[in-house]
Amino acid sequence: MLVEIRWHGRGGQGAVTAAELVAYASIIKGYYALAFPEFGAERRGAPVTAYNRLSDKVIYDRSPVLSPDIVVILDPTMVGRDVIHGLKKHGLVVANTAKKPRELAEILGPDYRVATVDATKIAMEVFRLPIVNTAMVSALVAASGIIDLDSLLQAVSARFSARLASLNEQVIRKAYELTEVM
Amino acid sequence: MGKVIPISGNYAVAYAAKAADVDVIAAYPITPQTAVVEKLSEFVANGELDAEFIHVESEHSALSAVVGASAVGARVFTATSAQGLLLMYEIMHIASTLRLPIVMGIAARAISAPINIWCDHSDFMAASDTGWIMFMAMNAQEAHDLVIAGFRIAEDPKVHLPVAVGYDGFLVSHTIEPVNIIERDEALKYAPKRVTWYTLNPDKPITLGPLASPDWYFEFRVQLQDAIEGAREVISNAFAEFAQHFGRKYGEVDAYYTDDADVVLVTMGSASGTALAYVEEARKEGVKVGLINVRLFRPFPEEFIAKHIENAKVVAVVDRAVNAGSSFVGPLYSDIAVTMFKRGFDIPVVNYITGLGGRAVLKDHIDHMVKHALSLVGKKMRDIKTHYAFVGVRE
Amino acid sequence: MGALPGWRELPRGAAILEPGSSVRYKTSSWRVLKPVIDQERCIRCRICWTYCPEPAIHEIDKPYTAKSGRTYRVTYEIDYDYCKGCGICAEECPVKAITMVEEVR
Repeated sequence: MLVEIRWHGRGGQGAVTAAELVAYASIIKGYYALAFPEFGAERRGAPVTAYNRLSDKVIYDRSPVLSPDIVVILDPTMVGRDVIHGLKKHGLVVANTAKKPRELAEILGPDYRVATVDATKIAMEVFRLPIVNTAMVSALVAASGIIDLDSLLQAVSARFSARLASLNEQVIRKAYELTEVM
Repeated sequence: MGKVIPISGNYAVAYAAKAADVDVIAAYPITPQTAVVEKLSEFVANGELDAEFIHVESEHSALSAVVGASAVGARVFTATSAQGLLLMYEIMHIASTLRLPIVMGIAARAISAPINIWCDHSDFMAASDTGWIMFMAMNAQEAHDLVIAGFRIAEDPKVHLPVAVGYDGFLVSHTIEPVNIIERDEALKYAPKRVTWYTLNPDKPITLGPLASPDWYFEFRVQLQDAIEGAREVISNAFAEFAQHFGRKYGEVDAYYTDDADVVLVTMGSASGTALAYVEEARKEGVKVGLINVRLFRPFPEEFIAKHIENAKVVAVVDRAVNAGSSFVGPLYSDIAVTMFKRGFDIPVVNYITGLGGRAVLKDHIDHMVKHALSLVGKKMRDIKTHYAFVGVRE
Repeated sequence: MGALPGWRELPRGAAILEPGSSVRYKTSSWRVLKPVIDQERCIRCRICWTYCPEPAIHEIDKPYTAKSGRTYRVTYEIDYDYCKGCGICAEECPVKAITMVEEVR
């Protein structure tokens, strides 16, 4: 079993941390996982790509993920055909958008499974900031089942201070409920 | 046994220095090594590590400071990358010839110009003539383990030499992966602190670092060559005991499918991982390709490599650095080619240079190399017109 | 050359294990001109002693009475084992009591 995920977002939205949380949650469950960014000069607002490889065996491949099983899009303005290049047939797209999965599927074409959640709205309600990474990890969990919610919450409490962890837990539970899958 | 935690390569290196209970750290931050220094200063600040953290104004001073601390008997650590390593270059020779057991992490990165902060092996290779024992880790676990093994090897009374542990910038330094962390008491059982090198002590004064005239200098350079050759046995033993203590087996090299391979790839660092993933797939399709990962670079593990290319028909060496204008182009290639020449191998050995300045090394690139190398099967070295090729570059 | 030890016999890393062994290195062999102090003209100001970079000028508790009748408590003497003949003492002497003379060996 090897699952490859590619994350697209903008500097400041937390794409790299999102990938790290997924790796963290997988590793504490005893899986082998890698999380690595498309290393660039960090600038707020610039497009950011990050990757996960998850497996039950040791992963040797360190090359960027070119044909992912899952693409997660953190920024609504990036949602479209461009960011799903290389996505495997029947692969999953998880997008931060106010659109319904059916509307997005019309844009992306029939080859993919689609899940959507308005993560920006959830993040604005809880943080008053458009930091959508934990909402999108939660949407990924809801849509794919690759890790369970408890492991994600453990990863969040290991990674953040108590106050931030509790805010993130609110975001994660909301996003988990509101994610729609087609 | 330690526990497995999700951690980056840089943190894995910092945790290793902490487990080794270093006494003095001096380092200057540079991408992609910075997180090592940040984490170690955090360990010192919050009392998890009882060490002196010496703040310096440059890498030249960082290595000079640890040279001084090692000369009074401290267990010392530093880490750097790229331009920082080049600034240390002068002091690297001093550390080795003075026979000081320093351990250093190198988050391998390209060298300017143009300015580039991403991975290749230009910095690591530039330091390969300094008399340091040099390892290149394939992943964060190895980087962690090799730092701890590094102290044991460096401080061995038969060795007394500095050790550098390379690990790929970003591809290992910034990648989160599972690492089995060695705790301090276990690390110190495996690599106990024992000061057997000459140290400065006011109660028993000696002189370190004197002038040596032509009547004397030559002898000390011969001592250095003798010491690094003699380190081979200590390194083998240190790896054997590492496996006993921690259950993880390391060799000077790793070999995969080399017994019946027509083409043997030779790689270093994280690209060895990608190459191994490629080889596993290619073998399923019947391609007779094997792989050697070079973990120990200095002293160069000639015997181990020779053993694993005995049945090869072509050897394909992958370099992530260029020695422009040399007879060999890729630095790893030069060591492999000499290893083969000394033993009378008369098969093609070719060099593929790839992944410079953070250019991704893909399985497709490895496939391209292997297909080209397979086309040379049956030829002799003198039949080969072009010995090197750049892979993944725009023409 | 045969008398010098081989690389296996030398201490590791060019360490010198005998403290103070540099006194055996007589740097006077470099000297071409030799400073000579005229004890009559010397006013015991200590400037040569201060400036000598070796230091190869010693201040000795040996009284000296000049022809003028003036008595000094100390005498300055040059240690010709280590004096390299740099001439700084002669240059700095305010009363020109030090002369650089040709070395005769």
